[in-house]
Amino acid sequence: MNYGISDNPRHVGLELGYLRTLQCVEATLDMDQKTLKKLVESISNTVKNFKKSEVECLIRLFHSLVERANVRLNNLGLDRNAFRAILHSVFGMTDDMLMNRVFFVFDKDHDNCINVKEWVKGLSVFLRGTFEEKLKFCFEVYYLNGDGYISREEIFDMLKNSLHQQSSEEENDEGIKELVDITLKKMDYDNDGKISFADFEKAVREERLLLEAFGPCLPEAKNCIDFEALAFRHILNSSF
Amino acid sequence: MGVALTRSAQWTAAGYGTRTLEITPLNEAILKEIMMFVESFIYKYPQEARYVFVEPLEWKTDLDPSAFESGYIVGETTVKSEEVDENGQPLLFLSVPHIKIRNFGQLSRFLLIAKDTKLKEAQACVEANRDPVAKILGLDYNTMKEDTSTVNILDKVTKGEDSENEIKMKIARLLSQLDLHLLNHSLKHISLEISLNPTSVKNDIEMLKNFSGKGEQTVLESISYTSDYEFSNGCRAPPWRQIHGEICYVLVKPHDVETLCITCSAEGVFLNGGKTDNEGEINYERKGEIYKDLVTFLKEKSEKFSENMSKQEKRFSNKKEKKEPTNDPPEKEEAAPVQKAITGSGKRTLEKNQINFGKSQMTKRLEPSLSWKATVRFKEYRSLLRDPQEEKHRRRPERSGPPVKPGRAQLVRKSTEKIEEIVSESSSESEEDEEPLDRQEANADLPSEYWQIQKLVKYLKGGNQTATVIALCSMKDFNLAQETCQLAIRDVGGLEVLINLLDTDEVKCKIGSLKILKEISHNPQIRRNIVDLGGLPVMVNTLDSPHKSLKCLAAETIANVAKFRRARQAVRRYGGITKLVALLDCGKSSAELAQSSLYDARDVEVARCGALALWSCSKSYTNKEAIRKAGGIPLLARLLKTSHENMLIPVVGTLQECASEENYRAAIKAERIIENLVKNLNSENEQLQEHCAMAIYQCAEDKETRDLVRLHGGLKRLASLLDNTDNKERLAAVTGAIWKCSISKENVTKFREYKAIETLVGLLTDQPEEVLVNVVGALGECCQDYENRVLVRKCGGIPPLVNLLVGVNQALLVNVTKAIGACAVEPESMMIIDRLDGVRLLWSLLKNPHPEVKASAAWALCPCIQNTKDAGEMVRSFVGGLELVVNLLKSDNKEVLASVCAAITNIAKDQENLAVITDRGVVPLLSKLANTNNDKLRRHLAEAISHCCMWGRNRVAFGEYKAVAPLVHYLKSDDPNVHRATAQALYQLSEDADNCVTIHENGAVKRRKMENLFENCHLCQRKVETHLRCVARSARDRSGSAAGVMPHGLHRWKCSVCTVTRRGSKDASSQ
Repeated sequence: MNYGISDNPRHVGLELGYLRTLQCVEATLDMDQKTLKKLVESISNTVKNFKKSEVECLIRLFHSLVERANVRLNNLGLDRNAFRAILHSVFGMTDDMLMNRVFFVFDKDHDNCINVKEWVKGLSVFLRGTFEEKLKFCFEVYYLNGDGYISREEIFDMLKNSLHQQSSEEENDEGIKELVDITLKKMDYDNDGKISFADFEKAVREERLLLEAFGPCLPEAKNCIDFEALAFRHILNSSF
Repeated sequence: MGVALTRSAQWTAAGYGTRTLEITPLNEAILKEIMMFVESFIYKYPQEARYVFVEPLEWKTDLDPSAFESGYIVGETTVKSEEVDENGQPLLFLSVPHIKIRNFGQLSRFLLIAKDTKLKEAQACVEANRDPVAKILGLDYNTMKEDTSTVNILDKVTKGEDSENEIKMKIARLLSQLDLHLLNHSLKHISLEISLNPTSVKNDIEMLKNFSGKGEQTVLESISYTSDYEFSNGCRAPPWRQIHGEICYVLVKPHDVETLCITCSAEGVFLNGGKTDNEGEINYERKGEIYKDLVTFLKEKSEKFSENMSKQEKRFSNKKEKKEPTNDPPEKEEAAPVQKAITGSGKRTLEKNQINFGKSQMTKRLEPSLSWKATVRFKEYRSLLRDPQEEKHRRRPERSGPPVKPGRAQLVRKSTEKIEEIVSESSSESEEDEEPLDRQEANADLPSEYWQIQKLVKYLKGGNQTATVIALCSMKDFNLAQETCQLAIRDVGGLEVLINLLDTDEVKCKIGSLKILKEISHNPQIRRNIVDLGGLPVMVNTLDSPHKSLKCLAAETIANVAKFRRARQAVRRYGGITKLVALLDCGKSSAELAQSSLYDARDVEVARCGALALWSCSKSYTNKEAIRKAGGIPLLARLLKTSHENMLIPVVGTLQECASEENYRAAIKAERIIENLVKNLNSENEQLQEHCAMAIYQCAEDKETRDLVRLHGGLKRLASLLDNTDNKERLAAVTGAIWKCSISKENVTKFREYKAIETLVGLLTDQPEEVLVNVVGALGECCQDYENRVLVRKCGGIPPLVNLLVGVNQALLVNVTKAIGACAVEPESMMIIDRLDGVRLLWSLLKNPHPEVKASAAWALCPCIQNTKDAGEMVRSFVGGLELVVNLLKSDNKEVLASVCAAITNIAKDQENLAVITDRGVVPLLSKLANTNNDKLRRHLAEAISHCCMWGRNRVAFGEYKAVAPLVHYLKSDDPNVHRATAQALYQLSEDADNCVTIHENGAVKRRKMENLFENCHLCQRKVETHLRCVARSARDRSGSAAGVMPHGLHRWKCSVCTVTRRGSKDASSQ
């Protein structure tokens, strides 16, 4: 039976397995304690959502992921494909376009590669972000061309796969267009045909469900919990 | 002709048997056409004119026999035509005023003779012969059903080949031609008339409304519709009148004329018979000429109107144009196609069009009638439904006995109704209401929201998560409190999708869906649909979700849906109660959700929603039990300690609902909830106060609880809350609590201290019944104290109490009679009651159908009779009163019987009255009751018997009716009151020797035992000793005498002893 929602293929076994198969993070980290300490220190200054020990865990995890993903390359960071693989398998995301967009938002310096700082910072929003942080994150994901607005065309692009069962492409486009109109009617408060951050913020504050209005770009709570449980398992274990 | 007559002619609706044709231009035109046809018949078709009708056309004529000339045999009062049929019967026969005509020739001639009055005659003829074709040609030919008619006739005709049939066929054809012609003609006529439509009428009325009001300049004083209900087609007339083209009825009060009741119909505007005595009904009969529109009509009727109108004419018309530039053109357009059709098409099709047109018009008009009926029925239902509801509640109190209980039921009902007005339709029958209502919607013009919502539902169905969320959010922006939107969602299949969404694991979709369901489930129809679609199990499952906001929304939606029985049952069956109770436990926040999700609410909120849902669910008895079993009471008690008002209201609401159960009251006491209830009584929130008072009211049946309320200082607060009388629900709850609390004497003292009694007396007038029941109940309790009785009298409480005796509310009557009974103990108060004719009113309540009222009234009568000076005289003055009382002994209600026995005891104190009731057969009736084991009844029965012994041979009669033996067994009872009364009765009965023997034979009563029993009762002891001595002596003597025969002398001897001893006992008691 179709409940009006695309089946979101979720491979629970895979995602947990993915993390578990990472080699023991401590063993493989070829970085001396001092450097690590410094790194943790500097990241912790900018990222407030994690404890230092947690930051350390994330750094270790990052390195093991990088190592695993591109053994041949220099250990610069995660490229797009590697990151998308993580988004898909760990955080259960499916939409290629949105995963790309998330990648670009993570990649603050636009070097097509996520370094360790970007990794921790991105995850802080992902996992522990406040409402405002997430709001900003989502807005960044949705406007791509950098003009600070989500335009009608962009919305169309993002929503174009949101309908199924349409018999013809034309009909589909028609349906999407109407959906875009509905969205703009709802969110475009200043009636300028595009959604500014102010529009977005106002709409989302009024109705939180609109935070991910144009597609899922944040992990679901359950995935976050699972991820944290695994990533921070050493801390949790040691604390007991 | 037949078709034309039934379809086009406008019949008045008034009579059922003899309907008359209205004098409308259309009817006149039709009649003229018919006349022309008939008059020319004799010339055009001389052969056919001789054809003799199957049955004569008969009607009453005003024509005088003298008008007939040649060709007729004219008598004093009769006229026969010279023309006769084969059998020699005249073809025209007039016997004033009845006329019979049997062929077209005579018909033509008759019309010629009638000259000026022929129109009237034709009308009379058509009216009297509703089916002329059948009479002329025979029934077979009348099966003219629109298209097939000609074929049918031809069929018939070709079968027979003789000349008569040929003629018949020709006439049939001529008639059908006439029919066609008439239809066409009337169609032309109709098209010429300015036909009004609902929109134009409405506009006119709205316009006039704007210019109406007080003052000289206005055109009218007032103008208003008689009915507020507007059908979807814009009409306000009831559907059966809409069939006649009537649109609405208006009451117009011009400046210079009386109020006019006007019918606006498609044909025009005319004066109707005005409002009838029967409320809301109108005499639809036309009483005046038809005018083309309302303004013309009023100009004719009211000079002032036309004067002021012409003054404003210019402004008026300007305004009209400005105001409704859009409204006018469509009207014209509407009319245009009809005209076109008329002019454009050929004759044949035209006729068909007309018929179809008429038909569709008819069906269209008929359709809303169903919904109209439904609305009326709905209202009736609701009033009807109250009764079963009341019954349902009452049944429970009855089980546990005390007559005052219905008061609570009343209050419970009140509260239930208030919270969920429609809950009362929990019974299955109400579900019938849904369908007719649906129909109306289907017929109505669909609002734009409908299409928009349909579009959104399409996205819900065919979109992925993102599209779904957008559609849900957008749907939420509609005014979901509005019924159109609610039903639109349902009608486009939205409910199914929304419910299905709850089955997925997309949290956001679930939240969005629940947010909508929560809003639309305020609609009773939607609630039912949700349950029918299996929405409840899914929602109950959602309560398990780790997301608190989901839990909250699910619980809130359940709270809305569970307003009728089937829903509540479903919640329980799917394990919802346990889960809801678990929500209340907001202390334990599970470790799994250490991390706060964006969409999450607070624990307190979850508990609040849980309480809200439980509140709804707790209206079912089984659910109350389930809540208790799930451990809900301690949790509720804990939540009661919080200070959030919006949390407290559902919590107290649930408690109050549940407190109707004994188990709960015990638990509430054990959990020390009363203390908190009293505390919350001090809150500023009226709703909270109300529910707290209500809960106290429910719980205060219990003495300990009443003491607790006092100890926690609740009485003072209750007394002070009496001062605010604006919020009737709260007042009802507060007075209810006061009533129940005042069952304890200590509390009554407190209330007096707080001057509550005076306030209560002040509340005896101008209050709704719910309040009155409690106020009177409280006063009834308070008046058990001497000081309060005096206080009530001094505050003037007795007259309003007596006034309340004429009410119909059962619970109220029970309490009023009780209160008056309490007051009547005071002779001074009794004087007032007597002066106000209160005793007569009480007496007449013995005829009340409710046994509780009867019993209560009979109880109240006892002190009245005791404390009135000339009680005997007064009682006799009630015609048939004594008979009424005696007949009540046939009741099968123990309480009634006991109370009537008590009343009889008092009545019998007067010798004359005793004589009367003896005549009425009081002795056998009392005797019949003797075999009872109800101690209350035993006591009063024994007293009644002892008093009734005082007349004639009643003593002997009681013996004969076998009342003595059972009475002896009463002595085995544990109730000292029964003993005392029985001893007295036996003492009286033992004056008869036969009775003595019976007493002795049933001698399970041993002398020693008796002595033990009555150790403490000096008077009784004396009596019993005395009579036992008598009994012993009589038995001894009897055994010595010849068996079976009672020596006459013994009787006399024994009696003298008894008399002596009785005198002795009297002395003893007086000393």
